[in-house]
Amino acid sequence: MITRPRPEKNRLRRTMMFMNAQKPGLIKDAYIYGTDSIILDLEDAVAENQKDAARFSLYQAIKNIDYGTTEVIVRINGLDTPHWQEDIRCVVASGADGIRIAKCESAQDVHTVEEHVLAAEKEFGVEEGRTLLMAALESPKGIMNAYEIVTASDRMFGCAISGGDFRKSMHVRIEEGGIEMLVARGQMLMAARAAEVQCFDTMFPNIDDMEGFKQEVIQNRKMGFDGKSIVSPRQIQFVHDTFAPTAKEIAYAEKLVRSFNEQADSGVGVYTVDGKMVDIPFFEDARRVIALAKACGVYEGDL
Amino acid sequence: MEIQKVAIAGTLESSDAQVTVEPLHSGIELSLESSVMNQYGRQIKATILDTLSQLEVKNAKVIVVDKGALECTLKARIQCAVYRSCDASEKNIPWGGGIR
Amino acid sequence: MLNAVNRDIPEELLKDGKEVYQGKNYMDGKYFKKDSPKTKRYVKPQETKICESIREACKKCGAHDGMTFSFHTEFRDGDYVASMVAKVLIEEMGLKDINVAATSLGTAQDIFADYMEQGKIIGAQTSGVRGRIGETISAGKLSTPAIIRSHGGRPRAVEAGEVHIDIAFLAAASSDCCGNASGINGKSNFGSMGFGIHDAHYADHTVIITDTLVDFPNSPASVSMIDVDCVCVVDRIGNVDKINTKEARLTDNPRELMMADNVAKVIASTPYFKEGFSFQTGVGGPSLAVNRFLEEHMIERNITMSFALGGTSTPICQLYDKGLVKHLMDTQDYDQGAASHIFKNENHHEVDLSTYANPANKGAYVNMLDFVVLSALEVDTSFNVNVITGSDGVLRGAPGGHPDAAAGSKCCIIVTPLTRGRMATVCDDVVTVTTPGDCVDVLVTDYGTAVNPLRQDLIQCLDDAGIKHVTIEELRDKAYSLVGVPDKLEWEDQVVAIVEARDGTILDVVRKVKPLQLD
Repeated sequence: MITRPRPEKNRLRRTMMFMNAQKPGLIKDAYIYGTDSIILDLEDAVAENQKDAARFSLYQAIKNIDYGTTEVIVRINGLDTPHWQEDIRCVVASGADGIRIAKCESAQDVHTVEEHVLAAEKEFGVEEGRTLLMAALESPKGIMNAYEIVTASDRMFGCAISGGDFRKSMHVRIEEGGIEMLVARGQMLMAARAAEVQCFDTMFPNIDDMEGFKQEVIQNRKMGFDGKSIVSPRQIQFVHDTFAPTAKEIAYAEKLVRSFNEQADSGVGVYTVDGKMVDIPFFEDARRVIALAKACGVYEGDL
Repeated sequence: MEIQKVAIAGTLESSDAQVTVEPLHSGIELSLESSVMNQYGRQIKATILDTLSQLEVKNAKVIVVDKGALECTLKARIQCAVYRSCDASEKNIPWGGGIR
Repeated sequence: MLNAVNRDIPEELLKDGKEVYQGKNYMDGKYFKKDSPKTKRYVKPQETKICESIREACKKCGAHDGMTFSFHTEFRDGDYVASMVAKVLIEEMGLKDINVAATSLGTAQDIFADYMEQGKIIGAQTSGVRGRIGETISAGKLSTPAIIRSHGGRPRAVEAGEVHIDIAFLAAASSDCCGNASGINGKSNFGSMGFGIHDAHYADHTVIITDTLVDFPNSPASVSMIDVDCVCVVDRIGNVDKINTKEARLTDNPRELMMADNVAKVIASTPYFKEGFSFQTGVGGPSLAVNRFLEEHMIERNITMSFALGGTSTPICQLYDKGLVKHLMDTQDYDQGAASHIFKNENHHEVDLSTYANPANKGAYVNMLDFVVLSALEVDTSFNVNVITGSDGVLRGAPGGHPDAAAGSKCCIIVTPLTRGRMATVCDDVVTVTTPGDCVDVLVTDYGTAVNPLRQDLIQCLDDAGIKHVTIEELRDKAYSLVGVPDKLEWEDQVVAIVEARDGTILDVVRKVKPLQLD
């Protein structure tokens, strides 16, 4: 039996790959592709009359398959269904790293899930507070309440927008350039940054349209997302390459950190780099860039 | 557990197994078909019997059509079929207890 | 007697000069006397060689009990000709004790399984066995063991007289009335006729079977009228849609694409990857997919390929069209794109199997190969490869040119998933050795890459390029940790097939498998 290490709230999550929890051929080794997180899906991917079978399959998979350092998140059924309570019991008992709350609309939704997670942790002797949460925001109401949602629990590591349902409720379709979700993405990002949690973009459904996918990923990075939901292993590499700091960014960050260290040692009060005055937040961001570069495996310096 | 009615779990897709349980007066009657019979037949049979005994199923006719399922998949399918036969597969599953 | 790959070969098979396998270059430098066909003179000019029926052609060519007939399998699963001919010989003419000498046997020849069961076909020599025929041979229904030879081993055996073909029945997309035959210009085009050409030179009689009769002369021809006794015209020689089998299709499976990407990276890390390198891929999703990943590396280095060899598919033709490949040396076409590319492009050439891979001639194309990428059913920790039997011991594969290209190339890369369903591909001991481990250099799986320790130079290349690799034992352990350690297969004494090494020595035998009985 596999016992997974305690989940880390803050970790690299550039890609979160959805997998149908009911398909043994898919979930047996989803980690080989190098995605940061996998999301085993009990919700949309599983037919209504197979929800029970999917739970047995999920439990045995997490207990027996060594996913290693790949994070294992489970998407549970919505709170308006008869399935979510048993989903939570199954997920917590299995020792999965976290739960993705589908169709989350309010802090109350988070509290409800958290209550049941805590009860399940007690029931199954799982360390209290171990199971992480993330919220999928799928409606205008969810987006409007993003800040209260992501601050509703200490277990919350981030939120993601779910484009399919969101676009429907906004009466819009997927558009080149993403104008139809620009405001929602922006608002959710601000809520997440204000709450100091991570923020993920929706999946890109057409896996054969690599060009459209790439444009969206580049936009994601420019907007400040931490990662993206994906539906195919073919989408992993581009997201990882795009979210890793560029050589230029790393070089500038290194320069900032080094000059900060030198100037701090000599007791200078006002910092200058290349003759320009630089504020403290610049250095903090530079350290973040170096840390991200290390996590992405693209840092070769000695800082 | 007592098998109360015919129940099925799983599919005939590659890497899966389809398990059917039926009520039987006494004992376990196993019918096993597998795409990896020559190499894993004995291990599959042992997994089936172990899983049934963990569930305390003493009387049942069990039909397994295995398409190269991993052991954990096989177990999940058997457990689900048995719980379905008792109309108990939807909630309050003893995860980590009866289900191991 | 144990051979060089540690396989126990029964003494009773070691007669008439048959030897066990003793290493890949054991036969180097030895002389042999070539066999020649007993061939009929046609001195008086004939108006036409067209026969009313296949039966008439068979009679003219002296079909008899105990004869050996051959055919090519350029149509893969879509071939109609072999079954058509067998029906005539066995059902219409009532002949018995028939031997078949095929370039492969598969589902298109399912009817042969019935003839084997009935004892009418008693022997089979082939480079592949799939479908019902595989199950029938595995069940021990042939009175003599089947002989499995590589694509290079087959013409070697023909030239050495180890298999003497009485009549070759060769499907041709087009032919004229004199038997100038080709794989194009008809209604069922399959492209290269490389699998059939050599038989026409060595068979006592050659019958061309076509569905498109064209005006004389059908030139250029792949098989020349000087070798042809009879021509038969039928409705259809094959179904071209079935040439493109599952194994020959382009994959969009992410697992296979990931492996193909990694194979291309390994290739690019070696010193052989330079201007003028040469390359072959076998059939199978991940190996075929390497073509598309290779392109990026070639453009990045600004280099071109001197020749691509063997089975040919659309992706490699596209590289040719872009000027990245100078010559295509084509033995068979996997799809209609490739079949319509050959003969229309100056440097897309047809190559027969002896020129391609025969180890007993004075130099075959495989010997000039830098890279070959091949698939496998199993690989063991000595890097021996099995492409003929499933893990359950039943015949269901095809060595084809696998052992030839592996032996001839400078860098042989095997690409395969670590497990298939519950079957471990990387294992302690392959069921059957079809390609010896000393011909195999790198193994790429979805769980990692391993390099044969005999190739320390390649290990250095991978290290220098920052390509991670593990030992093959680690891959085997991982496989067993996923699927469990399989029980050893149990065998009966009966040998159902002999696997010949390409040089004609005995590499391995396949025995009849004892099905597991659960108590």
